[in-house]
Amino acid sequence: MNLQAFLVVAAALVSVGLFGALTQQSIVMLMMGLELLLNGVILGAAAFWYFLAPAGTGGQVLIVIVVTAMAIEMAAGFAVTTAIYRAKRIDMTDDAAELRG
Amino acid sequence: MTTALFVVLAVTAVVAGALVFRVDSMARATFLLLLSFLAVAGLVLMTGLQYLGVVIVLMMVIEMVVMAVFMIMYMMNPAGLMPMSMFHNTRGAAVIAATTFVALAGGALLVDWPVRGGAPAPDLTMALGQSLMSGQMLTMMTLGVTLFATIVGTVVLAAGRGRYDRLGDELDAPESDDRDRGGVGR
Repeated sequence: MNLQAFLVVAAALVSVGLFGALTQQSIVMLMMGLELLLNGVILGAAAFWYFLAPAGTGGQVLIVIVVTAMAIEMAAGFAVTTAIYRAKRIDMTDDAAELRG
Repeated sequence: MTTALFVVLAVTAVVAGALVFRVDSMARATFLLLLSFLAVAGLVLMTGLQYLGVVIVLMMVIEMVVMAVFMIMYMMNPAGLMPMSMFHNTRGAAVIAATTFVALAGGALLVDWPVRGGAPAPDLTMALGQSLMSGQMLTMMTLGVTLFATIVGTVVLAAGRGRYDRLGDELDAPESDDRDRGGVGR
């Protein structure tokens, strides 16, 4: 158990989350990918705090911020899903392409 | 013992996370994601952050149960009774994800990390609380305002019809435009 092992696991979580966020067609599944990505960030922050700078509280504060960001992402994501579903009966990302450049 | 626990939790976190996008039911996907979160919470607990580890466990259990409710509202394949595949651009995303992993893991393994500086505070929860209420007060206030803005924003987005729909842009319509009679607008 060392910093490198923690960071590799965190990198794996971020990559899997990124893959999910990029591939999923369902908006809800896409949000699950984003959550998984932030999950990796939490692990990375805890590892950096424990193995490099345990004297400070910066790592702990970063975890608090990420956990809050996850809650906000969930709430805002579901509100947008509800709004777009109510307006257009859309629950797939491919159907919501108004902003395609 | 510690190493074995670390390996079990790490493998659980990553495998459960990957299975989220492989299973045939969104309900199963939600609970696999929860399993991944719980494994990460276990890893956080292993670094000695008891308070934050427990916060992650409590928050994620609630969050995934809320997510399950939304799953049932919007999902295509509730019970996993038929195969479910809803990918797009799988190849490109796989390349991007693999590149990201190689870059991040390579950096983690190749960088010459500094040695551990200092010792953890005797009471980590107390240290976090004191930090949030003094030096990190701006962080805490920003989080508070952001959460409040989220409450307002999500209610506005999720509300189907608000008072401006019922009473006009100036809120001065003589009679409210309700779809069903008998409510507060009569």
